[in-house]
Amino acid sequence: MDPKVYNPILSEIFFIIIGLVFASTAARVLKDKNCKKRYTSGAFWLIISVLFIFGPYIPNVLSGILIIACAVITSFNGLEKSKDTPISAEETRANADKIGNLIFIPSVTLALTAVLAAATKIVSSNNAIGVSAIFGFIAVFLITKAPLKYAVTESARMIDTMGPTCLLPQTLGALGALFTACGVGEVVAGLVSGIIPDGNRFIAVAVYCIGMALFTAIMGNAFAAFSVMTVGIGIPFLINNGANPVIVGALGMTAGFCGTLVTPMAANFNIMPAALLETHDKYSIIKTQAPFALIMLIFHIILMYFWAF
Amino acid sequence: MELLKLSGIALVVLGFILKWDTIGTVVAAGLLTGFITTFSSDLTFVSILEILGKSFVNQRTSTLFAISVGVIGISERYGLKDKARDLIMKLKNITVGKFISLWLAIRTFSAAFSLRLGGHVQFIRPLILPMAEGAVFAKYGHVDEKTTDKVKGLAAASENYGNFFGQNCFMGGSGTLLIASTMVEQGFNITALEISAASWPVLFAAIILGTVTFLLFDLKLKSKYGISNKGE
Repeated sequence: MDPKVYNPILSEIFFIIIGLVFASTAARVLKDKNCKKRYTSGAFWLIISVLFIFGPYIPNVLSGILIIACAVITSFNGLEKSKDTPISAEETRANADKIGNLIFIPSVTLALTAVLAAATKIVSSNNAIGVSAIFGFIAVFLITKAPLKYAVTESARMIDTMGPTCLLPQTLGALGALFTACGVGEVVAGLVSGIIPDGNRFIAVAVYCIGMALFTAIMGNAFAAFSVMTVGIGIPFLINNGANPVIVGALGMTAGFCGTLVTPMAANFNIMPAALLETHDKYSIIKTQAPFALIMLIFHIILMYFWAF
Repeated sequence: MELLKLSGIALVVLGFILKWDTIGTVVAAGLLTGFITTFSSDLTFVSILEILGKSFVNQRTSTLFAISVGVIGISERYGLKDKARDLIMKLKNITVGKFISLWLAIRTFSAAFSLRLGGHVQFIRPLILPMAEGAVFAKYGHVDEKTTDKVKGLAAASENYGNFFGQNCFMGGSGTLLIASTMVEQGFNITALEISAASWPVLFAAIILGTVTFLLFDLKLKSKYGISNKGE
């Protein structure tokens, strides 16, 4: 984050807005009489909302306990999506015919204004995402002439559909920080240092990239692998030896994705679609992707070795 | 004692393999490693809870994308995916390899621009696979089961390649934000914009390599079934 342009007040305003989105998700679930677990589901989204809006002002230990409460709710299956009626295909089709290709403009606006706001350093990179949302909403309302309440109801619908998965990156980030505080990075680094000869950059890069891919393949999730591998291997063996943290981070994550391509653990990418497409061999997608994944992984190792140092 | 700290990692691995609840697994893993650490350091369990709470609040940046999901939601309601389908339906008389390559490029670049025009359920099954199979039939007529399985594999793979290797080029993507906030938490001053910029070489590599494999499939079909043996 660039300290000169980083504006904590603006960030907090954006977090309050996100908190309100979570609060409206809570309201949406609580209102749905067909949702059996609406009280625990509502409680989950309300707690998240409180953490977003009041997080910096409440005692940290209380935040910690609230997070555990959320984890207890999801662990005991207390979180359910509301059964609100989905949008009908006829409705989107009719709207599409009316609006035409202009409907692409709001999404493109989101991406372009975020990059512009960050690149010109008018606001910090993170706040740029909030700023881009403002422009995105202006564009979408100008083009669709949708009722203004959709800003709230559609945000809540999207969060409700994504479920607690939308909080996974944040939770894993917190796990990474906790692991660091407990010295897990040093322990992993101590174990791995046996494999990596002193100062051998190429082997360090290869161990990090292959480790990301393997760990991701075992868990089926690159986000989870990223926190652990980067704290344990990426930082001590690469970045602390002069590698660029931007390149290590960016390539580390996609090296992990190479592992996602070959694992049945990533069922929703590799196994469920095979069933959906009615392939005779249920590993047909993985078999198709394997040579691609291997070549991409080698490409990552070579690119990181020459680019990061 | 030090090695026992790794039990949190083991728990994450186990939980993801056994498909336990993800948020529950991750929080439990942190608490387990934290609890073990209290025996060998001056951290107390209360300070572990404090670190958990503080870093979760610090990491709110990873969920910043939630502020813009409404824009996507409204766009979808007003026909975003329908119009994308319309555009693809205009492609006719094209070989299967070229068709899937073209879709890969569209899918990857749209991911880089935060347009989520993908999904095996929303796009591959109802749209991309029928078009790809149509392209094979138009040229070669009926083909064997092995070939149809391969076409299905390629169609599904194009979705995964585009999704995985395009998404980080969008600075508001959740992966991009996670990389940036992890690095910032570890004391490196980097931004999501820099991460998204550094993700472009991989995007191009994925499109090029994907296209090569799809076009090779065209050649394989040609050598297996001849120029055209479409039964009249």
